[in-house]
Amino acid sequence: MKLLFERSRKGRQCCILPPCDVETAAFDESLLRKAPLHLPEISEVDLGRHYTELAKQTHGVNDGFYPLGSCTMKYNPRIDEEAAALPGFTGIHPLQEPESVQGAMEVLYETEQLLKEITGMDAMTFQPAAGAHGEYTGLLLIRSYHLHNGNKERNKIIVPDSAHGTNPASASMAGFEVISVKSDENGGVDLDALRAAVGPDTAGLMLTNPNTVGLFDPNILKITEIVHQAGGLCYYDGANLNAVMGHVRPGDLGFDCVHLNLHKTFAAPHGGGGPGSGPVGCKEFLTQFMPAPLVKKEEDHFEFFVPENSMGRVKSFYGNFLVVVKALTYIRTLGKEGIPEASAGAVLNANYLMKKLSGVYDMAFDTLCMHEFVMTLQRQAHEKGVTAMDVAKRLLDFGIHPPTMYFPLIVHEALMVEPTETESPETLDEAAGIFLKIMEEADTDPESLHQAPHSCPIGRPDEVTAARKPVLRYQF
Amino acid sequence: MSVIPAELKYSKTHEWVKEEDGLFVIGLTDYAQSELGDIVFINLPEEGDEVSVGEAFSDVESVKAVSDVYSPVSGVVAEINEELQDNPALVNEDPYGAWLIKVRDVTEQEELLDAAGYEKVVAEEEA
Repeated sequence: MKLLFERSRKGRQCCILPPCDVETAAFDESLLRKAPLHLPEISEVDLGRHYTELAKQTHGVNDGFYPLGSCTMKYNPRIDEEAAALPGFTGIHPLQEPESVQGAMEVLYETEQLLKEITGMDAMTFQPAAGAHGEYTGLLLIRSYHLHNGNKERNKIIVPDSAHGTNPASASMAGFEVISVKSDENGGVDLDALRAAVGPDTAGLMLTNPNTVGLFDPNILKITEIVHQAGGLCYYDGANLNAVMGHVRPGDLGFDCVHLNLHKTFAAPHGGGGPGSGPVGCKEFLTQFMPAPLVKKEEDHFEFFVPENSMGRVKSFYGNFLVVVKALTYIRTLGKEGIPEASAGAVLNANYLMKKLSGVYDMAFDTLCMHEFVMTLQRQAHEKGVTAMDVAKRLLDFGIHPPTMYFPLIVHEALMVEPTETESPETLDEAAGIFLKIMEEADTDPESLHQAPHSCPIGRPDEVTAARKPVLRYQF
Repeated sequence: MSVIPAELKYSKTHEWVKEEDGLFVIGLTDYAQSELGDIVFINLPEEGDEVSVGEAFSDVESVKAVSDVYSPVSGVVAEINEELQDNPALVNEDPYGAWLIKVRDVTEQEELLDAAGYEKVVAEEEA
């Protein structure tokens, strides 16, 4: 399809501006551009058609099943959008006097109370813009704590080899050295490897539980104890909280700080570049280092405050506020019964689909899973030359978004499937049928699988050339 | 089946090692490059940098993932393969020709495997 710049015609435009009815002021000549800006000139109808055409070529949760493992692509209820679109929320400015935005402050306060209850933490900030930013903020908390106690030699963060790639990256960004520990044969943390890794230089451990292979680590209490005994802190990556919310609280498992992804677990939309929200919670002893400002309640009045040894701001103002409104609406809509029910549904759906595919597809771990499961196509790759990529691409022909591919790295030819709780049994049955049909095709017509997808506008983009010789902007 | 030349030594983490004119030449094995897939970028150390046994000295980005490359020896980087900066695909095309670094003043080396020993490691990973 044509790009906006290719549709552009000189002088064509979208809007007719009213005549200027105020005095104009001239800029100093030195401040003016020498060359005109490269902006596409296009009519409103052409612009509308361009984006509609783009939208038709994408696949979102509203288009169909989206079992993208580790991403929790659940349906985002309309009511969340309605609440976030209320003019009282969209029409305010972060620099307004607190007295004039008490309602918005109440949203932050109220959401904090609910998320504290869900995570077992004592305070929460909504500044981080998304998950990895939350990780970074949580790590700065750990760093502040050790520096405050005069332990600057505690500069190593332990990360299991099954962790999300963002964990080691965030730890490096926060100035730590990363120590990787191996997983055991069940996909959990190898306790002996962990014991060998901790020491007087341990700042903390970053852990996702359930982990990236969709399994709840049964040794979790032992793991946090080993780290605490060595003087380190435990960081809970809330990426997979969707499997356990309302059932288990990270705070009760021995974790000292945590980040959540409101745009995953709490049903705010994501994909396509955001905005996300990655609130960070911590235990009482870390609250003094929290980013500022936080909101507190004095009788029936809300005030901003700065904790004693605050690290300052990690983002302008209060984070992506409207995402918090969506999360609050979601939690209040589901309520005390609905939140654990959502998690139970996520786990049930994952196990249901896993069971339907077992036997034809090899599971990386032969056990009940949590909210997602990992299959390995290694056998098919060896025997039939059919890879995880081939299966993923063929799914597109049936209107299913592929699962996460080639992750986690500890599983070869991995396909990671997360159906989420918002899919019906009918959708799961239909999807299972398609997965099984594709494996039949692997026997009858493998060549067609290598060529898939057959129905998409773009089949197999040349990722290698894109990465080696990227074209990052329109060549005028 | 991946190619494992008999005259080279290997690490369990899929690097090959060759001694040549007093230098240790290090590269990625055929198995490693085939598991990584098409390599799009290789981040190499600089001449004069120190490398240590078991520690990452380079990272390799393929279309699938970014992976560390571990040093089987401790020493000082004498030379890096500049050609890989422009054409990382050489590692895919000719893994035993496209070396990554050459190391001098080697003080320590890990227990390296011969071709038969490394073949077992690969067979285990593939099982």
